[in-house]
Amino acid sequence: MTRKHVHIAFAVIALALLIFVPLGQKNYILYVLTSWLMFSIAAMGLNLTLGYAGQISLAQASFMGIGAYVTALITLAGYHWVFGWLAAMGLTFVIGLLLGYPALRVQHHFLAFVTLAFNTIVFLVLRNEDWLTGGNHGLVGMPRPDFFGISTGRNLQFYYFVLVLFVISAGVFFWIVNSPWGRAFKALRENPVRAESLGVDTRRITLLAFAIGSAFGGGAGAIMSPLVQFIEPGSFALIHSLKILLMVVVGGAGFFYGPMLGAAVVILLPEVLRFTDGYYLMIYAALVIVLMVYSPSGLIGIGQKLMQQIRPRQEVRKDMAKGAQL
Amino acid sequence: MTDTVLSVRGISKSFGGIQAVRDVSFDVQKGEVLGLIGPNGSGKSTLFNCVLGQLRPDSGQVTINDHKVANMRASHLNKLGVGRTFQQLSVFPQMSVLDNIILAGQEHKGSMASRLFGPSDAGLTRAADQMIAFFRLEHLRDEMAGSLSYGQQKLVDAAMAFMAGPSLVLLDEPAGGVNLTMLGSLKDRLETYNREHGTTFVVIEHNMEFVMSLCTRIIVLAEGEIIAEGAPEEIRANQQVIDAYLGG
Repeated sequence: MTRKHVHIAFAVIALALLIFVPLGQKNYILYVLTSWLMFSIAAMGLNLTLGYAGQISLAQASFMGIGAYVTALITLAGYHWVFGWLAAMGLTFVIGLLLGYPALRVQHHFLAFVTLAFNTIVFLVLRNEDWLTGGNHGLVGMPRPDFFGISTGRNLQFYYFVLVLFVISAGVFFWIVNSPWGRAFKALRENPVRAESLGVDTRRITLLAFAIGSAFGGGAGAIMSPLVQFIEPGSFALIHSLKILLMVVVGGAGFFYGPMLGAAVVILLPEVLRFTDGYYLMIYAALVIVLMVYSPSGLIGIGQKLMQQIRPRQEVRKDMAKGAQL
Repeated sequence: MTDTVLSVRGISKSFGGIQAVRDVSFDVQKGEVLGLIGPNGSGKSTLFNCVLGQLRPDSGQVTINDHKVANMRASHLNKLGVGRTFQQLSVFPQMSVLDNIILAGQEHKGSMASRLFGPSDAGLTRAADQMIAFFRLEHLRDEMAGSLSYGQQKLVDAAMAFMAGPSLVLLDEPAGGVNLTMLGSLKDRLETYNREHGTTFVVIEHNMEFVMSLCTRIIVLAEGEIIAEGAPEEIRANQQVIDAYLGG
């Protein structure tokens, strides 16, 4: 059995579980699972920007916000959700492209502050522009869409609708990261100077990393609007960008399944730990600290370490960082 | 179009009060292997960076394949047929050797959009395998580049520089840190490539034995100026060169 076969088998089993597990579940569980799928899409986008292309961004929640508000405004105006979804992704793609420009000049923590500032600006616009966004009161009553007479109004139906979007998003993500673009993104992350010397237009690829990652965020926001049917600026504040960053880091930045796993931990673990009452956040934080100390490459990194015990494979030589300076 | 691949005319560059390169001129013909040597601080790296368009000279002009390269981005230069290697290891450590080599060629295949919609290997697996075989790296094809030894990574680095079929390759200390066995292999591959493809090389190198045996012509820099130019045997016997190196 080749590695490719293992991946296909894993994907089929995972999909089967995603189809059958929600059957017979209560509304709250369905809501949590739908949230997980939605945040997985947002985290996929950040994984592309950060994990694959190496560009730090603390603004993913703001793209979700833009996507959610655009979709809300369009659907509340009587248009179908699909138009909102397309507009959300298109607009966040363009805004992500513009946000990518500072990344051409600043890197690392400086870039983190630029994106952090952007998130704050978006939050302030959403809060202060009452005429458009409803201000602190937000927007309510966004309808869930119908497709060819099939309603997604009930929670289980809406879950399957989001599952379809999740599968499409994961497919597009897989296609991009396995295309020559994906190789160029990784090259940008690992050695931008060398990449440029090999003909990779690092400016264009940096902008694309931001734009595509942001569009995934916008797409996730477009789901949030009919999922919650009430959106307000607080849902897209900086803390939520940090939450999405946590999903990517905990799951494993730069790995295909990383954001899905990370989103599962960040969304589902607090629910699992709820029986500990007031201690759940402390336990949750402690677990994250232990994970980061033991495995900076996240849960996927733990899996790789375990696999390394069973079937040793090559690993990147850390001594070469010094060897390179001989 | 002439046979001159690289033309350097009157290049001067200073940093503050320090004159790093002073009125340097030379041409490199198609298929030539030019060595650029000199003691530390002689201006080799500054000249190299001026040639690669990464430093704008205070005066003078660099032309590669009839294109002026001042301030040209490295990716554009690469599209003009310029390959290069780096002094430090410059492979992509978390990619396989095959992916490293494919990356080095993919930007020359089609447009940006066609690369997204085309095959994931940009149709380059076969060409990459040939390049891997040329550098005798077949047994390492699917290994992560970062897991290889220093010398093996240097070979991958060189293979990447040749993948797009450049007309000019600038090699920045290719022998640095490479053991004798691997050095022989590297030299043999460079000579063979030069012979088979007529590719022009400019080599900056401290390893005198390596540079003297590989290059057909050598330029010696000292204090930013050319102090000698000629065939390796002439350079070896040149008293000015000996003095510059020994501080005499």
